[in-house]
Amino acid sequence: MSAGPAKKTRSVSSRDQVLSAIRGALGREGADGQNRPDLMARLDNPVPNRVPDRGRLDGPARIDLFQAEAERVSADVARVAGLDAVPGAIAAYLGENGLPTALKVTPDAAIGDVPWAQQAALSVEFGATDGSDPVGVTGAYLGVAETGTVVLLSGETRPNSLNYLPDTHVVVIRADQIIGAYEEVWAQLRHDGGGLPRIVNWITGPSRSADIEQTLMLGAHGPRNLFIVIVGADDGKGIVMADDGTIVTADEGTRVGDAHG
Amino acid sequence: MEATTRQFTGNARQALKNDNLRAALDKLSHGFPYKRLEAAARLPEFEALRDQSRDIKAHVLENLDFYLQQFESKVIEQGGQVHWAKDAAEARDIILAICQEAGAETVTKSKSMIGEEIAINGHLEANGVRPVETDLGEYIIQLRKEPPSHLIAPAIHLSMDQVADTFKDKHREFAADRPLDQPRELLEEARTMLRREFLAADVGLTGANLLIAETGSIALVTNEGNADLTLTLPNTHIAIASIEKAVPTLEDATTILRVLARSATGQELSVYTTFVSGPKRPDDMDGPENFHVVLLDNGRTQMLGSEFHDMLRCIRCGACLNSCPVYGAIGGHAYGWVYSGPMGSVLMPGILGLEQTGDLPNASTLCGTCESVCPMRIPLPAMLRRWREQQHARRLTSTKSRMMLKLWAMLARRPGLYRAVMGLGVGFMRALAGGRGSLKSLPFAGGWTAVRDLPAPEGKTFTALWKERRK
Ligand code: SF4
Repeated sequence: MSAGPAKKTRSVSSRDQVLSAIRGALGREGADGQNRPDLMARLDNPVPNRVPDRGRLDGPARIDLFQAEAERVSADVARVAGLDAVPGAIAAYLGENGLPTALKVTPDAAIGDVPWAQQAALSVEFGATDGSDPVGVTGAYLGVAETGTVVLLSGETRPNSLNYLPDTHVVVIRADQIIGAYEEVWAQLRHDGGGLPRIVNWITGPSRSADIEQTLMLGAHGPRNLFIVIVGADDGKGIVMADDGTIVTADEGTRVGDAHG
Repeated sequence: MEATTRQFTGNARQALKNDNLRAALDKLSHGFPYKRLEAAARLPEFEALRDQSRDIKAHVLENLDFYLQQFESKVIEQGGQVHWAKDAAEARDIILAICQEAGAETVTKSKSMIGEEIAINGHLEANGVRPVETDLGEYIIQLRKEPPSHLIAPAIHLSMDQVADTFKDKHREFAADRPLDQPRELLEEARTMLRREFLAADVGLTGANLLIAETGSIALVTNEGNADLTLTLPNTHIAIASIEKAVPTLEDATTILRVLARSATGQELSVYTTFVSGPKRPDDMDGPENFHVVLLDNGRTQMLGSEFHDMLRCIRCGACLNSCPVYGAIGGHAYGWVYSGPMGSVLMPGILGLEQTGDLPNASTLCGTCESVCPMRIPLPAMLRRWREQQHARRLTSTKSRMMLKLWAMLARRPGLYRAVMGLGVGFMRALAGGRGSLKSLPFAGGWTAVRDLPAPEGKTFTALWKERRK
């Protein structure tokens, strides 16, 4: 920071003052609280707390819950058999709702195999958005059945602004990317390694506000429409949660390699 | 914002006469509390999650220095900067310096109670930087130069007509006769105005709901998506948070998030829950180059370890406001500063000092509803009582009320005299009521009877009745 040396010194001493005020208030002295190794262990081996039963469904019931919860919060959901049916599903959705058909699509490998050219009704461009695109199409990292939430990461092929600026946000997700509970998102990310990306988005329905006379309206600043296309059927594999709340990765090879696409 | 917490009684009296406000508060008390109940009913584990959330924050507070330092080192590891501020003035200076370094003309802001607490907007404006609130409710009250009146619904006190008038007054570029009598039209206009600001802003300033020590991430929740645009589009992102927002792990954050939205609006989860870690990565397609976190104390370390320690578990969900009969009658502005409701009445004396906050600890019927809905199980009524005790002990109460209490204490120590005087009192009050069954006013209790009638006693004192029953 260019705040200058004077400010910097003051800031450092504020840090020390706040930290020593905390220690004083807690009746401790010195920088090392006596239970520090315990605390480090708690951070190094994070353990899930109580996971709701609802987040532990498997197979088709999990996909059904994901869809039902997403629809409860006004997302629109379609299921298709394979990636080649995605352009048709999107064209139909946009047509039915009278929405523009110009898509801005993330260059993300997760949806790289979608045969866009099949649908003459759609015009497709790839890349980031300057805010003028009416429809953004992105892949997903995971979906969480517990609340119908899609999880999206920022990255070199995933501009975060595409999730927020277009009026309509289409998320394409494979059925086997849908997991039960939020905790599995963290397990999967840790498994992938490399720390967290700058942004982990949990998106649950389209943008909304009730700030004017408590009247709920969709599309406050983010998208008015969230359309989730679920591709394929769940094969029942993937991460599962054991009864004690710990996460057991079943059949890691299949699931974990695929999730990033 | 200038605190008017000392004038609570006068503020409250004004609020009771405001019909717009009464209508809004009626709607509020018939909305959020029921939605909260429905959401709780849909999640059988809700009570267990409240227990765990309370325990997580209790554990953090016991080890706050450790978790803050871990958080700090992770932010720095990822290329971010952490600044510590002892008080509001220092936090304002830090934020202004970052804005100036960025050459900022416009700063977009997503709603932050800490931003309100340190009055950052006024400071930026005074120094030539233009802050723009982007949460719809905050935007409206910024145009009107008003403080928020609710933790999560800052413009709850306003009617649609008032908002329309404000927009007509401030958005001069649109046709004066445009229709603005639907909430949707107002939203669209605000969306149009703010879209430009998002795209043009030099700095984005957000709060943080949680600071995650494990990863150095901040977690932010909104329903509009305004925080995400604020922290994605400008080249510099500043997050400001008070120190008690720390949690250990992503799992701990997750547990608290499961109770936050359910307690606040009855949603299962807010629409956008975003975990932000550091600045833009070299290959990212967008995001800010600079990422700063400002950690604010401003009175927290004084509450830590004190009898108000538990208040630091608060996650600002607003459930205690929504269910509070006092808040429901007078709204947020009457409390006179940025916080309100039961949490405000406990927190504000801690931040501003008891001398400044006059009657706030008394702005409660101690009915206990706030504690019963608080996801963090904060004993709000007990802490209000403690402030009252301190107020009395430090002679901050009025001479009249201290005198009356002394008189009562004297009587209470002398059972015979107590019975005699109380018996006299009952007879006196019945005579005052003149056979109507209720009292329009009562000596020494004008504050109570100004807005309601007091039922006249039926005939005997409690002690006399108790004796009779036991026979
Ligand atoms: S005191 Fe409890 S109920 Fe009130 S805002 Fe804080 S966490 Fe929510």
